[in-house]
Amino acid sequence: MSTEFSGQALKEFLGEAEEIIEGLHLALLKIGDRTSPDDLDPELINSIFRGAHSLKGLAGMFGFNDVSELAHHMEDMLDNFRLGKIPLSDELIETIFESLEYLTLLVQGKSEDENYSIDITPVLSRIDAVLSGDNKPESNIFKQFNIEPSILNVLTEYEEHRLHENLTKGNNLFRIEVTFDLSSFDQGLAEISELLKQSGEIISTLPCFGELTERIAFQLLFGTAIGTEAVHDLVGNDAIKVTAIVSRAGTDTGAQPRPAESAEAIIDATAEDLAPAQSQADSASMRSISRTVRVDIDKLDDLMNIVGELVLSKGVFAEIAEKMKATGRDDIASSVQKATRELERKLDDLQKGVMEVRMVPIAQLFDKMLRIVRQVAKTQGKKVALDIQGADTELDKLIVEDLSDPLQHIIRNAIDHGIETPEERRRAGKPEQATICLWAFQKGNHVVIEIKDDGKGIDPEVIRAKAIKKKLVSANAELTRTDIYDLVFLSGFSTRDEVSELSGRGVGMDVVKNNIASLSGMIEIDSEVGKGTRIAITLPITLAIIKALIVQVSGTTYAVPINSVLETLMIEESSIRTIERKEVIELRQTTLPLLRLAEVFGLRSPQERASRCFVAVVGLAEKKIGIVVDDLLGQQDVVIKSLGSTLSFVQGISGAADLGNQKTILVLDVGGLMSEALRGDSNVHV
Amino acid sequence: MSYKILIAEDSSTMRSLIVSTISAMGNYQLIEAANGFEALRILPREKVDLVITDINMPDINGLELISFIKNNPNYKNTPLFIISTEGSEKDRDKGLSLGADAYLVKPFNPIELQDLVRQYLG
Repeated sequence: MSTEFSGQALKEFLGEAEEIIEGLHLALLKIGDRTSPDDLDPELINSIFRGAHSLKGLAGMFGFNDVSELAHHMEDMLDNFRLGKIPLSDELIETIFESLEYLTLLVQGKSEDENYSIDITPVLSRIDAVLSGDNKPESNIFKQFNIEPSILNVLTEYEEHRLHENLTKGNNLFRIEVTFDLSSFDQGLAEISELLKQSGEIISTLPCFGELTERIAFQLLFGTAIGTEAVHDLVGNDAIKVTAIVSRAGTDTGAQPRPAESAEAIIDATAEDLAPAQSQADSASMRSISRTVRVDIDKLDDLMNIVGELVLSKGVFAEIAEKMKATGRDDIASSVQKATRELERKLDDLQKGVMEVRMVPIAQLFDKMLRIVRQVAKTQGKKVALDIQGADTELDKLIVEDLSDPLQHIIRNAIDHGIETPEERRRAGKPEQATICLWAFQKGNHVVIEIKDDGKGIDPEVIRAKAIKKKLVSANAELTRTDIYDLVFLSGFSTRDEVSELSGRGVGMDVVKNNIASLSGMIEIDSEVGKGTRIAITLPITLAIIKALIVQVSGTTYAVPINSVLETLMIEESSIRTIERKEVIELRQTTLPLLRLAEVFGLRSPQERASRCFVAVVGLAEKKIGIVVDDLLGQQDVVIKSLGSTLSFVQGISGAADLGNQKTILVLDVGGLMSEALRGDSNVHV
Repeated sequence: MSYKILIAEDSSTMRSLIVSTISAMGNYQLIEAANGFEALRILPREKVDLVITDINMPDINGLELISFIKNNPNYKNTPLFIISTEGSEKDRDKGLSLGADAYLVKPFNPIELQDLVRQYLG
């Protein structure tokens, strides 16, 4: 059947499937966090069931039998769980987690290749094992309490189970009737539901036919330990009709115990004043919450490209105006300039608008990390809490996506190498449970993500010894503390074997660093033995359009992202000094290391150096260097294009940019160049 | 005049699959409700000729929606189909006894849905 629906429908499915799986993970984590079985929110369990249920139906439509079969098994298991037929256990939670891992793999695989599949029999048998556990049948309590068939008829199997649970627990059962304006009933219902949920559970919400077409009545079935009086007090409104269906003597925990017959008291009125005028305004805003559209990121990319090209065309107009001025046509020139400025303002708005659409809170990424922490800590037998802050910090969607792998790796590393076992921690006088802080915050045009653990830290001497052994540095090299920590980012520092043994993945910190660099970001590490390790990732908020400083070296132009340029200087060659074979200049009582772009890229430098040159002082995080160039050509908006995987190995370059006039130039990877320069000796060659 | 069909289903993908299946048949006006509440709001506003509903929805369930429609003199003659996932036979039987006219199992066969729509609306 999969061929009958379009590729667009398939994309929609994959998007929705991912959302469902994310939602399931979150709900499951909440269940895992509960302190006692009584804390368990039945709605939470039902939402997990509904997720598996939807996924099963959806996957079936596309002929994804593996996803559908797994979801079906999960649904069976969750159905039995929500109906109380199988008890809550660690094994149950673990099995659901494992099922979700498989689902994630399958859905991710299928987004690359529709025919992707994996063997799901291990997880299916695990589910079957959980299912074959003790099943307790429900006794027929409904007959005992004379529950009318008209009530039971509209209850789904799950709601029937909830009713059963309430009656078994000895709760009272009320029918609560409310009437609302058709335009604002959801708001009204939300308000009364909130009130009722404080003391019980709303088992079902049945809409009823009323005489007036513009109004709608609802019958809520409410299970609670409190009595009629207390229910009245709770809804706090005489206009709501409360009827006791099951009311047991002695269950009234309200202020004054009331005789059972008064439970039949009926107050008849409509809920006119429960939903005052203000709720109409609220209902309008409630509706707007669901006014979202899911958009393919490629479409946004196209849009962003068009905006970028418009920005470039605007530049062309500005140039024309300049030329006109130069040729003495001042009057037309100034009106063209005026029009260009107007265009510029509108373009700015447009650009900001499109950019905002691409921004997503980093929360979704952080939530994923919760899962990783849980999983890795469990397999390692360690106790780890994740402290998340700044989850609402926004970043470009593509950056968030590309950040997933590096972040995951850092966190795995922290748990693998950084955090001690509970016994070791106890001996070191630390709490058994370790904490990993995952904080995000905005800093100017950048977002900083900080990953900090309170584990055993990394001994700089161990790193140095290892780097010497691996011949990455000479034994007598003078290295600062920062230099030493930066060694872990060198390729070859951690060998594949070691890493895969410890982290289960064949990548080292050098790959993490390259990933971050490809996002024009920078990564720093610092550690204190016995106290823990801190890794900070600094990223630009967006990559699509940037302002750049255009520089020229040996006849070639390059773009330097302006958000990393601190200042530009014109210096005399003679003011450059050499300290330990590195060129530096004095800048306001500090020493600024220099990097000659011509040397970095192996460009032919002119026979004689000009007596003057220009320096772009760039900084990321706390570090600064000066990039020496022949000329500064000015500032310009550039549209960043990816170099693609073929050129990704070129160090010092983060991408290409369109300059308008069909000119394409390379964009410098400031973070990469800085670490090269600050480390010193090695030149990169294109 | 084209017939109006109300689709109450909380999964947007499933909704658009139903929509594309019926749109392929020709001139039907399709109104989508992402949950039971939206369906309740649409019913008095639009003169709906056919309702297609899911059972498991977050606010009110499909059974409650069916009970509302089939007990309301204004809508009780409107044909109503349930589209729900297999394994909920008990809920399906309840839906049919509440007055639902037909039942389809997800993943549904598009031809089957088209046949049913044709049968009830022509």
